[in-house]
Amino acid sequence: MDNTQIKEAPQDASAEGYNTPVATGGKSMEIRNLKAYYGSYLAISDVNMEIQPNKVTALIGPSGCGKSTLIRCLNRMHEVTPGAPRVEGEVLLDGQNIYAPSADPVKVRRLIGMVFQKPNPFPTMSISENVLAGIKLNSGRLNHAQAAEIVEQSLHRAALWDEVKDKLGKSGASLSGGQQQRLCIARTIAVNPEVILMDEPCSALDPIATLKIEELIEELKAQYTIIIVTHNMQQASRASDFTAFMLAQDGPGHLVEFGPTQQIFTRPTQKRTEDYITGRFG
Amino acid sequence: MAANNLDMKIAPIEGIDRISRSRSLVGGDRTFFGLTIFASLLLIATLLALIVLLVVGSWPNIQYSGFNFTTSANWNPNITQNHPHEEFGILPYIFGTVVTSTIALIFAVPLAIGAALFIAEYAPRWLATPVSFMVELLAAIPSIIYGFWGLAVLVPIMYNVDLKTGKVSGVDAFLHDVIGKVPVLGSLFSTPGNGRSLLTAGLILAIMVLPTIMSVSREIILTVPSLQKEGMLALGATKWETIRKAVLPYAGSGIIGAAVLGLGRALGETMAVTLVIGNSSTAITPNLLSSGYTMSSSIAQKFTEAGSDPLYVGAIVEIALVLLIMTAIINGLARLLVIFSTSSALRGTRA
Ligand SMILES: Nc1ncnc2c1ncn2[C@@H]1O[C@H](COP(=O)(O)OP(=O)(O)O)[C@@H](O)[C@H]1O
Ligand SMILES: [Mg+2]
Repeated sequence: MDNTQIKEAPQDASAEGYNTPVATGGKSMEIRNLKAYYGSYLAISDVNMEIQPNKVTALIGPSGCGKSTLIRCLNRMHEVTPGAPRVEGEVLLDGQNIYAPSADPVKVRRLIGMVFQKPNPFPTMSISENVLAGIKLNSGRLNHAQAAEIVEQSLHRAALWDEVKDKLGKSGASLSGGQQQRLCIARTIAVNPEVILMDEPCSALDPIATLKIEELIEELKAQYTIIIVTHNMQQASRASDFTAFMLAQDGPGHLVEFGPTQQIFTRPTQKRTEDYITGRFG
Repeated sequence: MAANNLDMKIAPIEGIDRISRSRSLVGGDRTFFGLTIFASLLLIATLLALIVLLVVGSWPNIQYSGFNFTTSANWNPNITQNHPHEEFGILPYIFGTVVTSTIALIFAVPLAIGAALFIAEYAPRWLATPVSFMVELLAAIPSIIYGFWGLAVLVPIMYNVDLKTGKVSGVDAFLHDVIGKVPVLGSLFSTPGNGRSLLTAGLILAIMVLPTIMSVSREIILTVPSLQKEGMLALGATKWETIRKAVLPYAGSGIIGAAVLGLGRALGETMAVTLVIGNSSTAITPNLLSSGYTMSSSIAQKFTEAGSDPLYVGAIVEIALVLLIMTAIINGLARLLVIFSTSSALRGTRA
């Protein structure tokens, strides 16, 4: 890795302001010997994974095995957690180490977006302000038409436009849980990331809202690389192309098995994987 | 077989009443209910008694002065050759209260929010804990001590005369020299006095309300969910952007509430202000370097003077009544502001 500089987000480069979210395409990620600590407590150890671009990779495993910790290491959110967090190892985005000394976590997070377990729209902002929140951070002034176009595009992509187009000025908090989560996805898409991380995005939602998000994920992977944590086995098998199974038995969380979802769910190579996906476990 | 077992378990036990209220529970509930009702009624009664007392006490002057009391600037409690009638006009005192409280908030609010943010968001714990403890300690210092500190330390900083040369120095003189000639803004510092002024009183008040505003703001800022902050960080916000765009808007209405709490203290503060405001000029002037009165400082200063003249005493009691009404109105407005700003956010009436 001779070039460890994290490149500028595309919207910084265009002097004429932001262009509407043009898919730059998903990028690959590679995790090398990753260890994550809370203080002296080693939460995950020696994780190695290659994440394919424009695919959906699911992280599964029993609660407490370190799925959230791992996914938060992938956009440098681990370091903002309370409890003296620390990371060792490398995470490459399209070949560049996001933990290189010269890497700026703020820029990393612009390229690698995140959707959280509980929908977290900004309650003092309207729906359109929520969508624009990330863009307004880094592309200075947007004119009215540009802003309107980004809002419409992003909401379309998040499959929310038809439901909210008549109330864009209303607070994001006025939506249902599923709509709020899609608003959070729209807000993530709006900054045009290359990878989208989702930590149990459906666990606070009802089955219909869950299905909508799963359909959305299927559509989004054409443009973004998606990594999703889920404790729902059906969801992993339905929505993902690759599945990683983690476990924290007798020690820190680690990767037990990683491969095409199809294979993990039909012919797992590890006994523990089989036990887990057949429900004979935790 | 299994189903039968289940049926047996949930079958009602005949002859045992399981749904009627149990006596003792009702009794306990009732006692507690009675206690809370009593406590709240007592509070309301105290407030009502206070208002009645103030109205009754000020009645002679309410009849005598009418609305002139709050609109006139003439205060002549004793009949003299020049003033054949007693006059009670408190406009300068109201003016002094408003001006000093405004100065206090202008200085205290930004400082308090800054300090609260530092403690809640930036400082490592080993620093945050002692700093916030010390700021809170400031709130426990009796106001007379602030007053003496103001006299002994702040007034000489504002105004200082070299005894040998007679040369005047200090903040007042500096402000006058530097800003005094600027149009409009200069009128605030047009005529320096002796250091006891509306400005000095406002500064003392700022220091006194700072701990209240700071510690309440800090509590509010600490309640902002980390999920809100992480949501902003994950969009590629810096720490400061996260504070500006996620933390402060979320905490906004609470911080307004904190400022109003501080304002409440500033409006009513008496001892410290009395010592540093000068209590002499009743001119209503934009000149902040002029001495003046506030409503509460005028009460403190005039009470002994009033003796047993019922009209004079009535006028002083009425100052307290007006101050109470003013405080109530400001608190009400602030509460409306808080309700409006939160509900507009939640109902989504913002564009
Ligand atoms: N902020 C924290 N401080 C200390 N330990 C934590 C913290 N967050 C998580 N952990 C620990 O790290 C381990 C992994 O947690 P997590 O990544 O949340 O698991 P999962 O998401 O798979 O349920 C658990 O043992 C948990 O107790
Ligand atoms: Mg988790």
